[in-house]
This record gives sequence, C-alpha cells and structure tokens, in this order.
Amino acid sequence: MSTTSTEPAAAPVAAAGPAKPSGRGPWRLVWDQLWAKGSARFGLIMVVLLLLLAVLAGPLSALGGWSPEEFDKRSIDAYLGGAPKGDFGGISVRHWFGVEPITGRDLFARVLHGGQVSLLIAFVATAVVVIAGTLAGIAAGYFGGRVDSLLSRLMDLTMSFPSLIFMIAMMSVAKDVNRILLMTLVIGLFGWPGIARVVRGQTLSLKHREYVEAAKVGGARSWRILTREILPNVSGPIIAYTTLLIPGMIATEAALSYLGVGVRPPTASWGQMIAESIVFYETDPTYFLIPTVFLFLAVLAFTLLGDALRDILDPRGGRS
Amino acid sequence: MILYLGRRLIGVAGILLAICAITFTIFYLLPNDPAAAACGKTCSPDRLAEVKAAMGLDKPIWEQFAAYLTGIVAGRDYGSGPTAAHCGFPCLGYSYEYSLPVWDLLVDRLPVSISLAIGAAVLWLVLGLGAGVTSALRKGRPADKILMVLSVGTASLPVYFTSIMLIWGIVRSAGLLPYPAYHKFTDNPFEWGSNLLLPWIALALLYAAQYARQSRNSMIEAMAEPYIRTARAKGLPSRTVTVKHGLRSGMTPILTIFGMDLGGLLAGAVITESIFGLPGIGRLFYDGLLRSDQPVILGVTLLAAFFIVVANLLVDVLYAFVDPRVRY
Repeated sequence: MSTTSTEPAAAPVAAAGPAKPSGRGPWRLVWDQLWAKGSARFGLIMVVLLLLLAVLAGPLSALGGWSPEEFDKRSIDAYLGGAPKGDFGGISVRHWFGVEPITGRDLFARVLHGGQVSLLIAFVATAVVVIAGTLAGIAAGYFGGRVDSLLSRLMDLTMSFPSLIFMIAMMSVAKDVNRILLMTLVIGLFGWPGIARVVRGQTLSLKHREYVEAAKVGGARSWRILTREILPNVSGPIIAYTTLLIPGMIATEAALSYLGVGVRPPTASWGQMIAESIVFYETDPTYFLIPTVFLFLAVLAFTLLGDALRDILDPRGGRS
Repeated sequence: MILYLGRRLIGVAGILLAICAITFTIFYLLPNDPAAAACGKTCSPDRLAEVKAAMGLDKPIWEQFAAYLTGIVAGRDYGSGPTAAHCGFPCLGYSYEYSLPVWDLLVDRLPVSISLAIGAAVLWLVLGLGAGVTSALRKGRPADKILMVLSVGTASLPVYFTSIMLIWGIVRSAGLLPYPAYHKFTDNPFEWGSNLLLPWIALALLYAAQYARQSRNSMIEAMAEPYIRTARAKGLPSRTVTVKHGLRSGMTPILTIFGMDLGGLLAGAVITESIFGLPGIGRLFYDGLLRSDQPVILGVTLLAAFFIVVANLLVDVLYAFVDPRVRY
C-alpha cells in the first residue's frame, strides 16, 4: 500500500527526469530538481538565511551589543533634529545597520527582531490557513453531497469578502488584546478557501482510485482512508501552495502594520518599521531602506521557492 | 442563460445579505463604542444615552439590523428634533462625523477610486499580457528569463515603497509630473491622466506579475496545441495565430483573476490612496477608521463586497463569450 500511495507524487518527477537513478525517495528527487534550478536555489538559501536571522535574533543582536528597545542618545545629533551621527544613517562598528533617528535605537537589533515578529505571524497564519483549508477541502471532496455544498458555499462567501478592508476594520476596532495572536487569526480567517479548493479538486479525482476502493473493501474507516490514503497524495500540491501562501502573508502583515493597525510600538515588525521610517525617506534613506530590503528579500525568496515547488510538485497547478 | 442569470442573482443577493449580517454582528460584538466617540470626551451619562438613542444603538442587535436593511431599501430617519437627519434610498447608514448619509459620501468619492482602478487595470493588463506573451514566444531565451525575473521582482516590492520611489524620483527630483491630485475626467482629461499616472504605475507593477506568469503558462500550453499548427499550416499570419488562436484560449483563468482584482480595487486602494493623497473610497475608509466612524466602515465594506460579487458574476457571464465551449 505504501508504494502505491506515493505514486502520484513520484510520477511527474519520474516523467521529468527519466535518467535519474531509481531507488531514491520521491522527496530526494524533489530536492535534486529544486537545487538544479538557479532561482529556486537562491530562494532556498535566502529563506534559510532569513529564518536563521529571525530565530537567532536575540543572540545575534547581543553580539552587536544592543537590544531592540535600547535608546542610544550618543549616536544621534540633538542639534540636527535627532538625525543619526555619521553617514548612511549612522552605520558604524558601534551600530552595524545604523540607528533610528530621534531615539537612536539600533537598527540591526530592530530589523532582526522585527523579522522574528513578521515571520512568526506569517508562518502561524499560514499554518492556520493550511490546516483549515486542507480539512475543509478533504471533507468537501471526500464526503460530497451536503457537506460539499455547505463547505463550497462557505468558500464562496469567504472569497467574496473584501479581505484587506475587513482585516483593517477588525484590527482597528479590537483594542486591548494580544495583537500578534489577533493578527494571525484575522489574516488566517480569509486565506483558507484558496487551498481548500485545490485540495477538494485533488480529493475528488483521488477518491475513486483503486487503492482507495481497496482500502474501503478492506474495512478501513473514513478517518483511516482520509489520513492514510488521500492525505499523502494531496501533500505535494499542499506543500507547493503553502510555500506560495507565505509571501502573501508576509506582505499582508506588513501592510496592516504599515497602516498602523498591526503590531504596536515598541514591538517592531518590518511593516511597522517601514511605516515609522517613511517620513525620513529623504533625510535618512538608510533607515527607510533597511526594513524595505528585508521585506523585499523575504517576499521574493518565498515566491521563487514556491514557484519552483509548484512546477515540480503540481505541474498543472499554474495552468488550470 | 436567463435561468442561470436568475439563479446567480439570487445567490449574489444571498451572499451580500450574509456579508452584511456578519459584518454587522462583528462590529456589534467588538469592544468599541461609536456613541461615546461621537459624543466626545466630556460626555454626561444622560447625553450619552441620548446620542445612543439618536444613533439607534439602544435597541437589540436584530432590531438594529432590520432597521439597517429596511433603510437600504426604503431610506430611514435618524434622531428627532433639531438633530434629526433624513437618509434617503439607498441608506447605508448616517455618518455623524460628516453629518451626511454614507451613500452620499461614497458617491462623492467613487469617481476617484474608479478612475484609479480602471487606469491601473488597463496598464497592468498591457504590461502583464505583453510580458507574458513575449516570454512565451521566446521561451527559454534571455528575453523570457529577464521578463520573468523582472515580474517576480516588481511584484515583491511593497506598494508603499514603489509609490514613495515614484514620488521621489519623478515628482521631487525630476519634476516631470505634478504631485498627484484628482481632476475630473470631464473637466480636463489630460490633467486627469497625468495626475493619476504615478498611482496607476505603482498599482500596475504590483498586479502585472501574476498576469505575466499566467499568460505565459497559458500561451506555452496553447501554442503546443494541434489547432495552432493547423492555423499556421493554412497560412494565417503569425499575429493572428498568436492573438486569435493562442491568447484567446488562455483567457479564462486570466479573466477569473482579473475579476477578483478589479472588483477588490474598485472599492478603494487604501494604501495607494493614502500615500498619493487621493480622496477616494480607500481614503474615506482609512479616515473613518481613525475617527471610528462605524457607519462609514460598514458602508465601505458592503460596497467592496458588492463590487467583488458583481465582478465575479460578470466574469462568469463573460466566459461564454470568450470561450465558445462554455454554455449555460
């Protein structure tokens, strides 16, 4: 049974590279294809690098000698309206990425901790979307009938919501709560129908395959069929779409924080840092560019990686 | 076709009603008090009760909702005595911040957002489809690679960065265009276009990438079909083959994305309008948030949902014209 259940994931890979030696697992083949593609390799390296920077934000900024909320009045020029001392926003041995105007907070520490918050929100929101979307999609596709029509209606309804406007509205009226948690849930609330549709479509095409019938005849319960037979075979597209969801989540978090309804100061996130720095774009462009470059690289890297994964794992995905 | 349309219209009404109810409930449940906000900081309990009554906030939620729904169909009156206000059909609520019915505010701001959305949509379609078709016809060659890298790159830039860079580069440094302000198309079409050009570019760069990617994939797939070979073999000029036979068959997925994007944008681009200072629906919404002007927030949300739902319906109807295989 286990050999049959990996078949659809392995089939496109095998078709794309018939010269590949057999005997490797399907995931190893995916990895080989990914690594062979320049843009995907760049995306993968950037993703790993950004994740490391975010995870190690604490120790790394300690290495730089500053914590993200520490003021440094000696690095700014009080007579110049609090502009950083030195060129390029005060980049120096003391402050590797320069400092914030007026407060003198260390930008290296802030951008790493900001990345931690931005990526955390993006990842957890993606997890919420993927779990909810997969459950809904599998249930709709497998059970069909009333469950399907109910869930499909719910998907149509959610997709008709003006999501960004609604998110802004919800984030702005909710006040005394955990902003990060709330943001994760609000962003996650509107993302699930996309992946649910993909999973539903896949499940519909899988549920009458022989091995599913065989499992049914063998007396397996629905739960076992769903988790052991169907889920492994829809996992390829799910992984590809998950990676493609992340850049959108990062951008949404940044947009909400940019508009002032996301994370609240002094907590930093990339969007929140850009919002604070945008008034300085002419006087202190370094301050504006540093969080923007991080945001740009993160969105770009996840998009490149996701595009490549989709081409490998779901060859028809982009075209149907 | 007519049967299909009728069924879809009922569905549209149902979805709008559901969105209205959900939005209404969420705003009712969330911990904010528009009456207190309208009343001001020095507000006695008696006065607060009066304001609440005038805004209709003292009634239970279902009565408020029913009043809101009847208001949309028949109009309604707010308050009594000197503060009374009439809100005619279609009444989407009454903004105490502006002392105007929400509908009047929306109608006032709508031309700006529509101008912004339509101009940007034309631009991103031209850029996106142009890049996509060019790449597809030169698949694997340098032009294809450069265009695809460019499209992923511009789509990864946050719109506020692109906007600021456009303002800085073109308005402040080079002085080529004026700082965007809204001029009516009917007054002076040239001023209208030249002022909106930068916001159009900023939005188009964000959206064009997925059209480029989608049209590239569709074109590559379509150009490998036997009917393209047939068209070539019967001696059709290559332009006709590309546009009429290749591009047209790949239009269905593009139409779907286009409907959602345009529908979402018609009710205001919050960030773009704020940065460029354009007085559109997005700006109205953002100002409404800052003043917790709930009727405006609710009204904009409903209008946005309306545009999205209608755009999706139009797209589904258009399928039948683009793709002759589709029958309803």
